[in-house]
Amino acid sequence: MTEADSRYEPERRRPLGGDTIYRWLTAGFGLLVLAILGLMLFEMAQGSLPSLAKSGWSFISGKDWDAVQGNFGALPFIFGSVVSAVLAILVATPLSVATALFITEIAPKKVGGVIASLVELLAAIPSVIYGLWGVLVMAPWLQQSVQPWLIDHLGFLPFFSGAPFGASRMAGVLIQAIMIIPIITAICREVLLAVPQSQREAAVALGATKWEMIRIAVLPYGRSGVLGAVILGLGRAIGETMAVTMVIGNSPLISMSLLSPAYTMPSVIANEFAEATNALHSAALMEIGLILLFVTLAVNVLARVMIWSVTRGAKGGVA
Amino acid sequence: MNAKVTLEKMSVHFGANHAVKGVDLDFAANSVTAIIGPSGCGKSTLLRAINRMHDLVPSARVSGRIMLDSHDIYERSIDPVAIRRKIGMVFQKPNPFPAMSIYDNVIAGYKLNNGVQRSVADEIVESCLKRVALWDEVKDRLKTSAMDLSGGQQQRLCIARTIAVQPEVILMDEPCSALDPIATLKIEELIDELKERYTIIIVTHNMQQAARVSDATAFMYLGELVESGATRKIFTTPEKRQTEDYITGRFG
Repeated sequence: MTEADSRYEPERRRPLGGDTIYRWLTAGFGLLVLAILGLMLFEMAQGSLPSLAKSGWSFISGKDWDAVQGNFGALPFIFGSVVSAVLAILVATPLSVATALFITEIAPKKVGGVIASLVELLAAIPSVIYGLWGVLVMAPWLQQSVQPWLIDHLGFLPFFSGAPFGASRMAGVLIQAIMIIPIITAICREVLLAVPQSQREAAVALGATKWEMIRIAVLPYGRSGVLGAVILGLGRAIGETMAVTMVIGNSPLISMSLLSPAYTMPSVIANEFAEATNALHSAALMEIGLILLFVTLAVNVLARVMIWSVTRGAKGGVA
Repeated sequence: MNAKVTLEKMSVHFGANHAVKGVDLDFAANSVTAIIGPSGCGKSTLLRAINRMHDLVPSARVSGRIMLDSHDIYERSIDPVAIRRKIGMVFQKPNPFPAMSIYDNVIAGYKLNNGVQRSVADEIVESCLKRVALWDEVKDRLKTSAMDLSGGQQQRLCIARTIAVQPEVILMDEPCSALDPIATLKIEELIDELKERYTIIIVTHNMQQAARVSDATAFMYLGELVESGATRKIFTTPEKRQTEDYITGRFG
């Protein structure tokens, strides 16, 4: 080989290399998601125009929902959705975090693994099955056992006044809570597993008991992740349709009582879309969908702000 | 010699793996004992047995006896949590609590054991940070995150956190291995000061460090204690061939 043969000859970049194609392909799909969201918003806004024009702001503030008379006030549904979801989160969060803590910190590894996979299995059960159980088993039990007791002993509180309905806000909240427990637990477990062993050791070496170790080292380290799990659960709870529709009683009432029937935004859409024959009615349902979208969005933004303010200044941790 | 901690035929098993094999060793009060040896020789495992950290590992089993002032710390009736308050530990990588401020980190362990009054806590934080020579560097930002500190500062913070619990023995598991030379020097000076109040046992794979900071040295190899004695003697006239080979750098 002569010296001239081994001279460096640069290879030129090909104009349409694999990386270029790949970049445009992935960018295209990424934009597609945004486009779908945009289109959905546009369609829903357009579809709700008749209702927007007729009802204006009274759509949000009105309490009367009468498709026959053409009165559409969605406040009972908005109230029902938000209140039920928040209550469901209050019920589900302690249970979920405790379950996740048991799996990661307390149970022997094998037992924890079995429970973790069972919890994930729960998340795979179709919601109509939860609903069926709720309406056939839980609601009658609430009506015959739990609610009468509450009325007798705590009836002086506005939350437990009225007659025992069975299918009630209480049933809706419980079914929502049961349904979001698996997802919150599963995410919390991942978050807690990601807490470094060195953090646990730090606490234990200071003379912390197991509970103190969890309190000062494990939970603070994973707090933003746990909050994230709760928010995801909240989103699920607000959007949950089938099971809630089956047990919540479906009456557009605004009542403080947990025993009274209630209604949610997804439920009214599911119940009425088939019979919404006139344009105004279907526009009103469309507008509820739009509000549901915005409420979910607002909850998420609020939650992000919350996470941000809690973790502000603290570095590290599991996001 | 007044022994603060005594190991008697102490063994550690992880499942079928016999990691520390029947070690007899005394640690003198108010002195620094270094445990040296090549990676995997069981020196960290031995150290962690002394404050019952192996309780966290289901497969670990400690046998023999570990005496703290003539009490066997593995006796059934003894509370391991109370033992760890007497025998503190500093780890290889600085591990401050990231969600806590500098102030809260220092007081974290103390708070667990005692109800804290504000003024008492302030005093403890100040005195502990002064003892680890961190006070002047952080006194104006006690409420900021501990994660804003450098690695060396974090390790000194962890030492402050440990001494705030008022232990009698401090275990250090390669406390400088994640630090730069200047930070290492500061920690070594600190160890020298701390031995006035505490009994210090330090694991290190850095022989120069062992020679610099310790009064006594124990050399371990393959889970066994090969030789122990005054540091000067171990490093100048070791009795065993293996020890000599290791400290002269022929293996390890």
